[in-house]
Amino acid sequence: MADTAVFDEQAVTASVTEGIEKIAQASSTDELKALRAHYAGGDSEMTRASKMIGKLAVEEKKAAGQLMSKLRADFGRAFAAKETELKQAEEQAALEAETVDVTMPTDRHPLGARHPLSALMEDIQDFFTSMGWQIADGPEVETEWYDFDALNFGPDHPARQMQDTFYVKGEKATDAAGFKGSNMVMRTQTSSDQVRSLLGKGVPLYLACTGRVFRTDELDATHTPVFHQCEALAVDKGLTMADLKGTLNALAVAMFGPEAKTRLRPSYFPFTEPSAEMDLWFPDKKGGPGWIEWGGCGMVNPNVLRSAGIDPDVYTGFAFGVGVERALLLRHDINDMHDLVEGDVRFSEQFAMGE
Amino acid sequence: MPIVDIDWLKEHVEVPEDLTVEKLAADLVRVGLEEEDIHTSSVTGPLVVGKIVDFTPEPQKNGKTINWCHVDVGEKYNAVDAEGNKVPRGIICGAPNVGKDELVVVALPGAILPGDFEIASRKTYGHISDGMCCSERELGLSDEHNGIILLREQGFSQEELNSLELGQDAIHLLHLDRPTLEINITPDRGYAFSYRGVAREYHHSTAQPYVDPIPELTQKAPKASANGDVEVLIEDEAPIHGVVGADRYYARALHGFNPASHTPNWMRRRLSRAGMRPISLAVDVTNYLMLDLGQPMHAYDLDKLVAPIVVRRAREGEHLTTLDGKDRELSVEDLLITDSPNGEKGSRIIGLAGVMGGLYGEITAETKNILVECAHFDQVSIARTARRHKLPSEASRRFERGVDYAMQPGAAQAAIELLSRYGSGEPSNNPTDVDNTVAPAAIQFKVTEVKRLADLDVSADQISSILTDIGCTVAGGGNGVMSVVPPTWRPDITMPPDLVEEVARLVGYDEIPVHVPAAPVKDTGLTPDQQRGRWVANTLAESGLVETLSYPFVGDADYKTFGLDTEAMASRSVEITNPLGGDRPYLRTDLLHTLALTAQRNIRRGLDNVQIYEIGHVFHFDPAAPAVPALPGGVKPSDEQLAALDAGLPDQPLQVAGLLTGEAVTKGWYEDTRAIDWTDAVSRVRRIGDRLGVELRFTAPRNYGELPATFESETWHPGRTALVSLNDGTWIGVAGELHPQVNENLGIPAHSAAFELNLTALFAHLSDQPLQAKPISTFPPVKQDLAFSVDESVTSAQLESVIEEAAGDVLESIQLFDVFHGDAKNSGLGEGKKSLAYAVVFRSPSKTLTAEDSEAIRASIVEKAQVLGAQLRS
Repeated sequence: MADTAVFDEQAVTASVTEGIEKIAQASSTDELKALRAHYAGGDSEMTRASKMIGKLAVEEKKAAGQLMSKLRADFGRAFAAKETELKQAEEQAALEAETVDVTMPTDRHPLGARHPLSALMEDIQDFFTSMGWQIADGPEVETEWYDFDALNFGPDHPARQMQDTFYVKGEKATDAAGFKGSNMVMRTQTSSDQVRSLLGKGVPLYLACTGRVFRTDELDATHTPVFHQCEALAVDKGLTMADLKGTLNALAVAMFGPEAKTRLRPSYFPFTEPSAEMDLWFPDKKGGPGWIEWGGCGMVNPNVLRSAGIDPDVYTGFAFGVGVERALLLRHDINDMHDLVEGDVRFSEQFAMGE
Repeated sequence: MPIVDIDWLKEHVEVPEDLTVEKLAADLVRVGLEEEDIHTSSVTGPLVVGKIVDFTPEPQKNGKTINWCHVDVGEKYNAVDAEGNKVPRGIICGAPNVGKDELVVVALPGAILPGDFEIASRKTYGHISDGMCCSERELGLSDEHNGIILLREQGFSQEELNSLELGQDAIHLLHLDRPTLEINITPDRGYAFSYRGVAREYHHSTAQPYVDPIPELTQKAPKASANGDVEVLIEDEAPIHGVVGADRYYARALHGFNPASHTPNWMRRRLSRAGMRPISLAVDVTNYLMLDLGQPMHAYDLDKLVAPIVVRRAREGEHLTTLDGKDRELSVEDLLITDSPNGEKGSRIIGLAGVMGGLYGEITAETKNILVECAHFDQVSIARTARRHKLPSEASRRFERGVDYAMQPGAAQAAIELLSRYGSGEPSNNPTDVDNTVAPAAIQFKVTEVKRLADLDVSADQISSILTDIGCTVAGGGNGVMSVVPPTWRPDITMPPDLVEEVARLVGYDEIPVHVPAAPVKDTGLTPDQQRGRWVANTLAESGLVETLSYPFVGDADYKTFGLDTEAMASRSVEITNPLGGDRPYLRTDLLHTLALTAQRNIRRGLDNVQIYEIGHVFHFDPAAPAVPALPGGVKPSDEQLAALDAGLPDQPLQVAGLLTGEAVTKGWYEDTRAIDWTDAVSRVRRIGDRLGVELRFTAPRNYGELPATFESETWHPGRTALVSLNDGTWIGVAGELHPQVNENLGIPAHSAAFELNLTALFAHLSDQPLQAKPISTFPPVKQDLAFSVDESVTSAQLESVIEEAAGDVLESIQLFDVFHGDAKNSGLGEGKKSLAYAVVFRSPSKTLTAEDSEAIRASIVEKAQVLGAQLRS
């Protein structure tokens, strides 16, 4: 058979033509692959004819080669075209088959939430660090010296009695009046960190302290015995009440938007002189924009600086404290303190990871 | 806090005709007197004058007697009888002081009294009561409710009473249509606890003309001597802080007083509107002048006193029954007013100085001769006594904030004038004045301080004029330094910044410029630990937990809930002297104890899957801690003193705790849910470790060795809890399932999981240095699965650590992928055994591992694993 084999031009052309016709009718890529094996594979007429070319006379070789190239190219084009067509159709079918209802819920592990008070305190900290200040946090059980005496609340100062302080039980220590006790309190104000920081870090100092404070107020819609304050303290050469006002305004804008501002009213705190109450201009106040009490402030009392060994003739400073709860209630139109303290997850979930 | 009545304020300062309390509040707040409240009467008409025509007492079954009265309320308001005649109204009145022909105040149907109490005709006690005869309390005038208002007792003159018409509007008559302003006085402004002081402040705010009444009164007072109307001795043997309890005692007598005299109506009304109950002329005058001038006074029945009056401290064991009828055991710190019967000097106590009088020596209906006491007491002494006896009286409130110590003669003069005018009698011209007061020291005031502190440009002349206006005496100033003597009513002004505040508030705080200070670029930003705290918080929230904040207070019941011994816990808990609730006097030692209360609250509100966390401080009482010293302010303590302050404080680390209940995977359409178990707590802690870049060790309690002293094992499931520690062995917390009994006590689902870590200890272990990265090997990995059979008691962590040690640096990763437990039927393993299968990846940093290399590693692992009795399973 091999000896008699010849390059059969008609046979190979017919085979390829038949193959091309069958390709056109193929309905799947599997069928297509089988056709390619049959008409272009090792045992195909096309392969056999190609092998025969070598045995042809030199003058016949060229024409046979050209024919085979054409047949192979025709077949290849037909195959590729059909393959593309079929693949697209099959992919389309697969996509159809895989189609789902994408509106179904997918949250297997829902996001938790930060408490809005914590998130707000972090915002306040970020405000201060963006101005180049440091952040501190002192102990919640504090010595009376840091909470009162160092801040110019003497042992018999009326303001010391007005603070509704939680006292820590003890009988080892003796206070200035000779009463037995612990000389420790739950800090009544984050101002307790003023002298701690001045002693620890020295001057110049630009420092904000956010944290929990404690007063013996029963929980109601507007009071809670455990609440949060942000204390700001700056001590440097040349600081004035103008710097205090500038810092307060900047904080108000950061917290309440570009229209917010603050104003000062004369007041009294033992640890500042001059002292002021700070009102916040709150554009979104219910019933129309207006002033709302937001905190206390003033120039650091020389006695406080002296408590930290700082010369008040050389350095001046300002300090202010604002209530974090109050800011949160205002910002989010929360009407009841209970929502902030009860820990109902539905409340915090509204805020997710922050606003 | 004090009440300001515009009508009264006018006595000392001019005010515009149309001044409203709202405008007054705005004027006063500008100079620092803050509005506390505006009191308006909520009575709306008809409220009219009526006369009781007749009354019939009708005893009731309940023992009470009510009166069936007929009250004439004038033509306009009277009732109409069957024949169409106007007749007095029938009104039921239970008051005991009902009397025929008494003029009373009648609220007619349609009137609304305080508390939204609407008056209507109603049937009661078998009659139709057609109105109500009012008491002072019912009209919001005072707390007086022992009887109805009898107009003849309201201090009207006979002429005024005669001119009253029945049916006349009583709202205006009783000043119910004029609101008052209640203000807040900061502790430094004692003088503003008086009309004299408020009027001065109003003048500062508005520049309205003000006249201080004291200079003229002082002028009129006769010359005093140390031994005038009564001999007075100040014998303070135990001054507080070295300050004698009384530095001035002024007394003046009035002879021939008429005890039957009445307080004038205008004064009664002013007192009532200020919230003070009118009592008798002598008492009312002293109260009135206390409110008016700020000088607390006391009026004694002079005939009952035996000279000398001695001001002294109480002695151990002495008692006094104060005016409020309470017997009080006195402290040796209490300052007393005493007299000297039977020649025994200071033997009879007649009052707690500056706080409250005693029963003896009071003015009575028989008093003919009066002694008025105007003294000046030490602020601290009075404050302590008032605090000790829980007696914050009107007098003590003023003394502890500081009273003008130069006004005593003037104030007594005013009292004597009023008493003699309205009660007759002859003023003495020989008052007693023991005066040891010291004139205030001059403050050397650099005028540049105003600019230095307040950034205000105020000329020296202007500064001088402002300080003079507040009452200072200003001298010098040519060299830029003024010598300023503050007024005697401003003991709060002691140093230059006090003067700066006075100048700034009178110029106006609004005039101060605005400037944002530039902080030096040094040590700014969050500290590493502050960053880490945020990472932990955000990691937990990202992993599905909700942050909560709880109060740190706990009590025995909470300890019991967690299976803890209450006595043992109390002994290591910080305790509060004055807790809000007596049942939670301690500060938490674990966040979990208060976090659980939050979880409970959520579950009780019908929420499932409560998964919450908290970051906060816990407190550990150390019985061995040294005492915290009491140190003075204004002085930097020594290093030793500072160390002593901190040494006494309890350890109060920052911790994080989580509590997880319900479903670990939200119930959905796609797959089955899974209940929370120990893995959910442990994985959160592992996640925290990963976030912080720290390797944490998890150890079962039974394998831990000696358990940490503060590990509360009773709280935790003994077999499903891991102690968490650091590589150096430092214990930092617990993670796992709560003890079934604890779940039951809390009313939360079985297998609820929890964790608590000491972040302070954890953070202390972390390096603030940047991480040093390892090079990444690009040689090919060798992946193998290794399954071992081990005793049940061997932990995965133990086996893993052996594998890690044996494989050394070439171990790239190890993952436990299969666990199963043998039983009697499983011949391959057998009871008490388990199979742990690991997928391990080896990769060398320096070459391609050959088959021989990995076989050698494997052999080494198998050999080392034998230490644990582990057999490689084929």
